[in-house]
Parts: sequence; C-alpha cells; structure tokens
Amino acid sequence: MRKAFQVRVNGKPVAVPPGTVAAAAVALAGETRFRRSPQGTPRGPLCGMGVCMECRVTINGRPHCLSCQTLCEAGMEIHTDA
Amino acid sequence: MSPGSDIIIVGAGIVGAACAWECARSGLRTLVLERDFPGGGTTAAGMGHLVVMDDSEAQFALTQYSRRLWSELAPNLPREVEYDACGTLWLAADEQEMAEARRKEKYYTERGVRVEMVDSARLAVLEPNLRSGLAGGVLVTDDAVVYPPSAAHYFLQAAQTFGAKVVSRAEVTSLQPEGSVRLADGTSHAAGRIVVATGPWSPELMPGLPVRKRKGHLVITDRAPGFVRRQIVELGYLKSAHSMDTSSVAFNIQPRVTGQVLIGSSRQFEADDRAVEPAILDRMLRRAVEYLPGLGELSAIRSWTGHRAATPDKLPLIGPSLGSDRIWLATGHEGLGITTSLGTGRLLADQLLGRTPEISATPYLPARFAHGGGTHA
Amino acid sequence: MRESAFQFDIVIVGAGPAGLAAACAAAESGQRVAVIDNTPWLGGQIWRGEQANPVLPLAREWLPRFLRARVTWLDRTTVIGTGNEGNVRALLAEHPDGPRKIVWNKLILATGARELFLPFPGWTLPGVLGPGGLLSLVKNGWPVAGKKVVVAGTGPLLLAVADGLKQHGANIVCVAEQAARGRVLSLGVQLLRFPAKLAQLAGLKARLAGVSQRYGVWPVRAVGREAVEAVELTDGRKRWTEACDLLACGFHLVPNLELPGLLGCALAHGFVRVNEWQATGAEGIYCAGEATGIGGAEGALLEGRIAGYAAAGQLARARALFAPRAASHRFRAALAGTFRLRPELKSLAAEDTTFCRCEDVAFGRVKAFAHGRAAKLLTRCGMGACQGRTCGAAAKIIFGWEFESVRPPVLPARINSLLAQPKA
Repeated sequence: MRKAFQVRVNGKPVAVPPGTVAAAAVALAGETRFRRSPQGTPRGPLCGMGVCMECRVTINGRPHCLSCQTLCEAGMEIHTDA
Repeated sequence: MSPGSDIIIVGAGIVGAACAWECARSGLRTLVLERDFPGGGTTAAGMGHLVVMDDSEAQFALTQYSRRLWSELAPNLPREVEYDACGTLWLAADEQEMAEARRKEKYYTERGVRVEMVDSARLAVLEPNLRSGLAGGVLVTDDAVVYPPSAAHYFLQAAQTFGAKVVSRAEVTSLQPEGSVRLADGTSHAAGRIVVATGPWSPELMPGLPVRKRKGHLVITDRAPGFVRRQIVELGYLKSAHSMDTSSVAFNIQPRVTGQVLIGSSRQFEADDRAVEPAILDRMLRRAVEYLPGLGELSAIRSWTGHRAATPDKLPLIGPSLGSDRIWLATGHEGLGITTSLGTGRLLADQLLGRTPEISATPYLPARFAHGGGTHA
Repeated sequence: MRESAFQFDIVIVGAGPAGLAAACAAAESGQRVAVIDNTPWLGGQIWRGEQANPVLPLAREWLPRFLRARVTWLDRTTVIGTGNEGNVRALLAEHPDGPRKIVWNKLILATGARELFLPFPGWTLPGVLGPGGLLSLVKNGWPVAGKKVVVAGTGPLLLAVADGLKQHGANIVCVAEQAARGRVLSLGVQLLRFPAKLAQLAGLKARLAGVSQRYGVWPVRAVGREAVEAVELTDGRKRWTEACDLLACGFHLVPNLELPGLLGCALAHGFVRVNEWQATGAEGIYCAGEATGIGGAEGALLEGRIAGYAAAGQLARARALFAPRAASHRFRAALAGTFRLRPELKSLAAEDTTFCRCEDVAFGRVKAFAHGRAAKLLTRCGMGACQGRTCGAAAKIIFGWEFESVRPPVLPARINSLLAQPKA
C-alpha cells in the first residue's frame, strides 16, 4: 500500500493516505467552512458527487475546483474561501 | 364597446414597460398585455448595457437622451436593478482602430459626452487583464450597466402606482384598426390607442413591418470579481453591428455586480430558433479570449440566446403606424433596447399627448418606411 | 475537421453500473468503445470506493470484467456539450489538461441520478450532506470515526449509508425515514421475489441492530453556528432534538437529465424515455440505468447490457435479457411507491430559509412567483453554479415547476473548454 503524503490546507500541513479527496483533506484539517455564500454564510459539501458546487475551493492556485472530485496529490495547496 | 383604457401596450419587455410608465404617469389609463411574463422575452437576454452610440446623429441623440434619463433615475433604482455606472471602454487593437477612437472622442466631446482617450499604457492600468499590444481606446465614463428584467419589473411597478394594469399570460393574436386587440382566449380589449411593443415578434402582429429577428448569444461566468472593471467593447463591434453577413461576432464584455463576467456578442440573421449553437459560442468566446487571455480559465456557468428586433436603418420605430392612427409602434430597438427604453417611453408619450419632445421624434417615425411597409394585420 | 485522438464507435457517458455493463457488452462485438466519466473512479455513485476496496458482490464481478474488456476509459472527463461538425457527431468535454472532442457513432447515456435535497431551516450549514454524498466522501478519506451522525430523509440509501458509515466508525445516532413503517415493510415483503436483495437487506439489518431506526419521522431544522450541532426531528406530533456532528439528509434520487435533454432525448414521467432496446428518440442515442428510472444496480446492469448489445447490433443478445429486465422494472415500480414524499416535506422551509443555495435566494422570495422562469429571472434562483440542479429539483417537488431546456455547458466548464477546436 502506498504511503501517506502531505498536502496543505490554508497553509496547514495535513497527512493524507492515497485515495483521499481534497474535500476530505479539508475536513481532516479541522475546517468546516469550504466557502461562503453570496451573503457570507458558511458552506461545505452537500452532494459529494460534483453537482451541488458547494465544495468549491482553490487548488494549486486555480479557483472553483470541486474538492469532492479531486484526488489529493503530494504538495497540493488547498485554500478555502476564508 | 367603449374603451376602458386610453392606451393598450402589447408587450411588457423593457420598452413596453417604460412606455407604460410614461403613459400612466402622464394620466393615460394604461393596460399592458403580456403573452408570457414581464421582461421574459428579449429583455431577459439583453446585456443591459446603457451606452451612448454614434452610428448616426439620430442614434446618438436617442441614446444620449436615454442615458441621461437613466442617470437621473439611478438614485431611485432598487438594488435588484444593479445599476452600475462603470463606464464603457471602446478598445482599439491597432492604429486604424485608434483613429476611429479619436474620431469618437471628438464626436462625443463636441456633443457634451464625457470621454477620455486612453493610450496603451493607461489601458494596462485600467484593465490589467487585457492582452498587451493593444493600441488603446476611448473611455466613455458615464455609461452604465443594469440587470434588464429587474428594470422592466421596476418600470411596471411604477406604472401600476399610476393606475396602469398589467396582465400576464395574455397573448394578443390580432389588432383591429379601429383600436382593439383580440387575445388568444377569444376576448377583446379596446383602447384609444394600441402600442405594439413586441420587439422581434412585431411582424407577427403587423405583417410587412420592417423588423427582422437578429439572434445573439451570451455566456456568463462564475464569480471573478475585478477581472474586468467596466464594459469593454472592441471598436470592431461596429463592423459586426453593421455587417449584413449572416453571422458575426465581436468582443463585448461586462462585469456584473455579483462579480460574474458577462460575455458577448454575436449577431445572426436567418436564425429564428433559440438553440445555443456551439460553433457561434466557439467564435464568440475565442474572440473574447484573444482580448482577455485569462478569460479562458474562468468558469462558464450558463449560455443563452435572444433575438433582437432589427430595422434596416438601425433606428427604432416610435410613433403612429402607417395604416392606422390607432395603432402605434415602440419596437425595432435592435441592440439598444435597454438603453433607449426610457427615451422611447418619453417620445411615445409626448407624441400621444401632443407634447413637444426634448429631442426630435422625426428620425424614429414609422412613416419613414412609407414605401416599404408597416401595415397592420 | 482536424483528426481527433478521441474517435470511437460507441461512446458511453457514465462509469456506474449501467455504463460499465454497456461497455462490456459493446466491447464483445469488437467495436471501439469508450467510457467517459467526470470522476477519477469507476463505479459511479453506488459503487464508489469499490474499485479500491471491492465489497459488493456485483461490483466485484463487474469492475474486473470492465478492466479486462477492450474499452478505453476516459476518466476525469466532464461532458459539457456537443462538438458536431457536418455529419460527424462529437461530444465536447473538459479534462484537467484541456478540452477534448470525442467523436461517436453510437452513444449510450448512463448519467445516473443524484440525491434530492429539500430545503428546511439550517440545511445549508456545513456538516449537512446527502447520505450518499457523505458516504462517498468517507470512502475517500473524510473523517467520521467517533462522530455522531443522524441519517434522515427517505429511500433505500438511508440504511445502506448508516451501515457504511458505521463500518467506518461513525456513531449513528438514529436513522429517520419519513416513509411510514407499514409502507417500508411491504417493500420488504416484495423483496421475497428478489432473494439477493433480501439477503442484502437482512445483512444490513443485522449490522444495524442496536441503531435506532424510526419511521414516519423527518427533520424540521438543523441548528449550529459555524456547522451543524443538532437536528430537530418530528413524527408529526412531537418534536425532539438530537445532537450530532454530521447530518446525512437526502430524499431519495432524481435522474440526471441534463445531458440527455441537451441531446434531444424525450422524457416520459420525469425520466428519459426509451424503447425495448434502450434507444431514446434521438438517433443513435441510447440510455440506461437510473436516468430511465430509479431501480438500483441490478436493473442498471441489465439495461446497460441491453443498450450495449443493441448499440453494437447484437439484437439477439439484447433480447435475451428482456425478461430479467422486466423483473427488475417490477422492483423499480415497487421502490417508487414506497418512498413517496409526504406533503409536510414541501413546507419545511420558512420564509427566510435559503432556497437557492448558489445565489442565496430565500424561500419567501421565490414562492411569491407563479412560475419558475419568472422566479429565476427576477430572483436569480437557479442561475448559479449548480445550474439549478439543487433548487430546481426541490422546485419541481414543491411548486411543480419544470426545468427549461438545457444549454451548454452541461456542467460549469472553463471557457477554454468551450472552444470546440482545441487552441493551437
């Protein structure tokens, strides 16, 4: 089995096993808020399958990435919409 | 049957709505008949750009007048109308277009419209996401943008405070020259005057009217606040608008208050269906990405189409129709319906009430097509 | 037209059970077959996680079978529209590395279903997810061990999800199914005709012994500040609150009709209409699986195989599966009746409850309109990034509003991906 590697969530390092999606990395980092609604309310994943659009975060500088559908890779930088 | 209304306006798009407001507040008993729901037709597809245009003196006069009316209205507009005086940046890609920019600057300055010439260095400061190598352009500082369906809704609500009645799901199927309309449900309504404000569908009520459907495509992105700061239009747009080719695209982009970016524009004759055509989207987006390379990375969330009401001389029809002094027109606004809705309402009401309009109504009179058509059903 | 690297005889959209089965069947004929899926995994939603850890018997049979078949798997590829040119029909798709154009001769749509969400106060709090959605995330690393989870809503997913979450160490506070116990029991009786399903259910029930399972109970409010902390439940008479770290709440499934709609497939009773060969009305296009009716994996496999054989011209092989498919359709009909939504669920939202999540439009504003398009234009409800998938499904249930025609992009896509010819 391949070993765990590190990603960073809002700059904080998180060790994740292979097969972890970015959304799970955010949860493992202890964050509950993935993004804010237009009126500023906190939001997190809802559908887990890439259609609700609530799990969007910035990954490696690219905004609006679906974290529930994106597999973590070593060194991945994940930023929630703080 | 004695008419219960002084005016029946057919069509509650933004032009019909503005006409309803002007008529109602001038004391005319106004009835608006809308076949679907207000603002749901061409108005819903419009970009909402409030722009002074100089294609002709008449076009300039109407757009300048209308834009002034919008800016006077602005402080009262509710948030949903999203009025934003962000200005228009007309882009020159090369020296030839820059000459056109200078001509425009001179033209507007002579007529009291605030403009600012922009060289390539200033362009990069104003809009950092534009590609390098553009020659510059001209900035029309007081142009603005709005969200058209909410504006139409606002005008109708204002009309209703003056007693106007608005009926949705009421489709007018024919006009009678003595001043009545028949609806799809078989009922009739009579009025002193009937105003046809049905945009690209006007020839359905008045065969022979010199109005053609001109299809346009639009795309809106997800939120990217600050990506562009003002409406940006390539000066080549004017070539597209003038072109009698079957299809053309031009770079035309707008920031919305939500932070989304609205991308246009395209023009097609002979395309009466509503379908979004991938090949047109391709051309339109490709053109936009040429000017804004970073646009390619933004997320597109919706596309749609609409039909403009195009006339042969690119001026609307505002005034009495040819066949009957009971049937009037407020249609044919092509790509300037949102802008000139307010001026149209004024000119129409002025003519109906025999008042002297602030600008001459002559260039927009339907009578100018006396040789071509304009008879009613 | 430029030569495209992606040209196939039969293209299948969706790598869930229907898509995988269709691919295997089509590949038997020797034609060039591809499966497109927007995730990095095989198995769709129902078999999420099975590729890494095969557990379910059907997944253990079909996933290796697919991997052995001569089929091209285009993963992380999101179909966003069409790229037709002349007589050549192609799909336009987005991939992390750039746009793709995929030419097809026959197309099988296996776009599956998604969970139905209905608005209630607090439903937008982080930590409120669909049951299937939460389990999918858990299988991909979402931490749930030791967390208190309330599972609520309706549908066969609830027990399956509770079971799956429990196996990952979650503390299932309760499973609250809105359907009346009697109705669910009678579905159980119908399962006597489907021994495999019955065995599945028996295993589930055994593993969930000790977990509180309530019927005729539904959520009325989720509470919490930054994330969910508790959920208020009701049985129609009394209300009570359960503290929780996560609320897995969904109301069964609705079909993904967007791509079929864009491609001109007609609907019947809210699903893609197909004939005995799984052919839609659109030429050369077939549809199989949940998009034709919510029936679970066995039915999806059968429909997929029939579509695959039919698309490949192997009609005898397709016909041989008509009888078992008919049986699966009987199960499908039983399922639909059991989990019908009770009327109270349409009025859970308060005036200030968010109805359109993407654009933050309150329920009170939306319900003032007589029809959906006016609501959409004037409030922006349905104009956000989810393209009306979340609120649109709820609007159909609550107001009876139908969605309007689908336009590209079928899912949000980068502008670059909408350029039909990849940029030089």
